[in-house]
Amino acid sequence: MSSIVGLFLGIGIFFNLLGCIGLLRMPDVYNRLQAATKCVTLGTWSILFAHFLHFGFTASGIKALIGIPLLFLTSTVAAHSLARGSYIFGIKLWKKSVKDDYKGKVKVKK
Amino acid sequence: MMLLEIFLFILINLSIFCLYRIIRGPSIADRMVAIDILGIIVVGITVILSIKTGKGFFIDIGFAWMILSFIGTLALAKYLTGAKLDE
Amino acid sequence: MRYIVFFLICMVVWVAFTFNLSLQYISIGAVFSLITTIFFGKNFVPGWKKFLNPVRYFWAIIYIPIFLWECIKANFDVAYRVIHPRLLINPGIVKVKTKIKTDIGKVILANSITMTPGTLTIDLIGDTLYIHWIYISSKNPAIYSEKIAGRFEKYIKRIFD
Repeated sequence: MSSIVGLFLGIGIFFNLLGCIGLLRMPDVYNRLQAATKCVTLGTWSILFAHFLHFGFTASGIKALIGIPLLFLTSTVAAHSLARGSYIFGIKLWKKSVKDDYKGKVKVKK
Repeated sequence: MMLLEIFLFILINLSIFCLYRIIRGPSIADRMVAIDILGIIVVGITVILSIKTGKGFFIDIGFAWMILSFIGTLALAKYLTGAKLDE
Repeated sequence: MRYIVFFLICMVVWVAFTFNLSLQYISIGAVFSLITTIFFGKNFVPGWKKFLNPVRYFWAIIYIPIFLWECIKANFDVAYRVIHPRLLINPGIVKVKTKIKTDIGKVILANSITMTPGTLTIDLIGDTLYIHWIYISSKNPAIYSEKIAGRFEKYIKRIFD
């Protein structure tokens, strides 16, 4: 294992750690989703890229490179559907929120 | 290599943070966010295991976990919107 | 013709996944690509002629580093807000109009917005994007739509429209 692989792994672990701290500290569902999805996705990209650097152009190295766009599509679509689902379920925005342009566009339960 | 064990230890502790949010979360949506994040962190754990053992097939487990966690999150979000699962 | 393009995409993905050019792997991949094309081919790749235009690939290659740079800046921004002792957040939902026509372009724009500073796409109705923003800095629609979507829109319009 060379040192540059360790560097990318370290960056990835650092962003994962920040994402999980955001998951614990933020006050409501939407802000938690913001902090957690972005940081954890970038951290896992970095870990996958370190895997590619370690294995080079072999079967599993190329698979790690394909994993990067796949993770981009799946994690963002999952975050979008969770946010829309929790809005329709009737979970309010945080009490100090400034603006809500989405009100009235969909039918909210309750 | 000592570094990889330290990284694995940190990632497993991060999944314990997610478990805390799953147990304590005040509403259903918080728990679902934590489940989604836990799925992505497990992908990171399998990739680091693949580097540590030198066997490339661990990343296949990571891919299967990623896609299944994505489909599970979509199904849970659909449950939140109140739709039937076969629409 | 669009079935053939979809079949070729499936084969390229299969070969990249297995990374093995022996006869067994290629024939298994051909069989499963054919099954996938028969079942799902009618939904995919409506504008197959766009695959033949090399200018689009050129703009895609330019777009990727710009997107990665924005994404890394976004992560440091969110990280700063997370570890600051008085959570610097001011959240709300804003709406942004987009000028992109095709469906795949809208999806890529929405996903790119989700990965960039403090913004999360909640819904896409017609040509309007509803975006949850973690720190609303201005109330003027012209300014914030340029700030959220304007950076990516011109590249995505060249790639997908």
